[in-house]
Amino acid sequence: MAKNQYTYAVARIRSKELTLLNNQILEQLIASKSYDECIRLLQEKGWGNQDTKTAEEILGFEHEKTWELMEELVDDISVFDVFLYANDYHNLKAAIKQAYVGTEIPNIYLSHGTVKVEDLYTCVKENDFEALPDHMREAARDAYQVLFHTGDGQLCDVIIDKAALKAIYKRGKASDNEVLAGFAELKVVASNINIAIRGNKTRKGIDFFQRALAECDTLDIQRLTEAALDSESAIHEYLSSTIYSDAVAALKESLSAFERWCDNRIMELIKPQRYNPFTISPLAAFILGRESEMKSVRILLSGKLNDLSENLIRERLRETYV
Amino acid sequence: MMNNLGIVFALLGAVLAALLSGIGSAKGVGMGGEAAAGVITEDPSKFGKVLILQLLPGTQGIYGLLIAFITLSQIGILGGNADISLAKGFLYFGACMPMAIVGYASAIRQARASVASIAVVAKKPEQFGKAMIFPAMVETYAILALLISILAVVGIGGLSI
Repeated sequence: MAKNQYTYAVARIRSKELTLLNNQILEQLIASKSYDECIRLLQEKGWGNQDTKTAEEILGFEHEKTWELMEELVDDISVFDVFLYANDYHNLKAAIKQAYVGTEIPNIYLSHGTVKVEDLYTCVKENDFEALPDHMREAARDAYQVLFHTGDGQLCDVIIDKAALKAIYKRGKASDNEVLAGFAELKVVASNINIAIRGNKTRKGIDFFQRALAECDTLDIQRLTEAALDSESAIHEYLSSTIYSDAVAALKESLSAFERWCDNRIMELIKPQRYNPFTISPLAAFILGRESEMKSVRILLSGKLNDLSENLIRERLRETYV
Repeated sequence: MMNNLGIVFALLGAVLAALLSGIGSAKGVGMGGEAAAGVITEDPSKFGKVLILQLLPGTQGIYGLLIAFITLSQIGILGGNADISLAKGFLYFGACMPMAIVGYASAIRQARASVASIAVVAKKPEQFGKAMIFPAMVETYAILALLISILAVVGIGGLSI
């Protein structure tokens, strides 16, 4: 019983939650006079170490720290596959493109995937995808063929992105966990809406939408395709009839407002986990809370770097988990 | 032959009271220990507070032991006459059941409340007093079961059956 309850891990996460940035600290960061002061404040709050100086180094360090903690807390990190698949598919894209251009490109791979980057690159280089996981094999083969025969990088991306969404969705639903399943659903929904809006703006045809949109429970992709082929207001109209009607206002504002709406929706999903003392859910919520926090810090630092006003930065920040 | 079964059932009752309450407490204190260790890993200064919360589900094991001990002395296993009728044996068995069953179930439930309270202490150590109340409430039912088991075990001795 204790094993699936994650009693030790959740108790440890509860203590770790004290180190997350709350609204008060974010306000302090917003009020800081410069980018350098912001970095110094973050370092005072325990972000980064003595070797990390730049924003990217600090954020990279914090990302690693979260995943190292999770690897320590759970015996089998595959419980978080739903988060790790995105890294795998990103790495697959990178490996195919690297093989296509035939030159070494530094720092294009992400860490913490379920497939080792070296194995992935070997499969792509040898055009033999048998060693890849089932969910990835067919998409890898198709994307490889498309890029090498047509040179169409965008189509290659569409094939891999859809396979990633299908894998995340399937893994999330199979997890039998409300946070992981909810995250997978929201991830697919957000991507589908994004694809529909961008596809409509660039006047894509039905083939594109059929290739790119992934199945999910809460959106009818047939209707979304029809709306995307029609107009942006048709997409809004369709979304108004779904449980995502509140996304329409964000979409009307801008795509970055929609992105913020997606993040806030994930926050709504994970917030009840602050009071759950058992199961993997509070750990998953912590990962997502940390990601949201890092996104806020990234926005804040780039705002400071570009001398944006405090109000402009404040309205772009994500909700905090604590 | 049937007359000898009285002591068998009486002893079985005593054993189950100690056994089930003990298992419940062992599981409960174990769960509390896992949570407490998680908090201590991050902040060792909270040791005293989380230790108390960890130990709360341990009382059921003690109550079970007490009932088993009283029963053993009442039925003459610890000395005296161990010759009791089948009916009395059943009565002793039944008398031990509140402690056995409620002891097991309440220890597990109390442990869950303790783990939740340990999480409260992890984030808000100043709320320790309030956090301790929640698992302590579960103790009420273990004490009620203990009371009934004691009254019944002691009372059976005076019956002439």
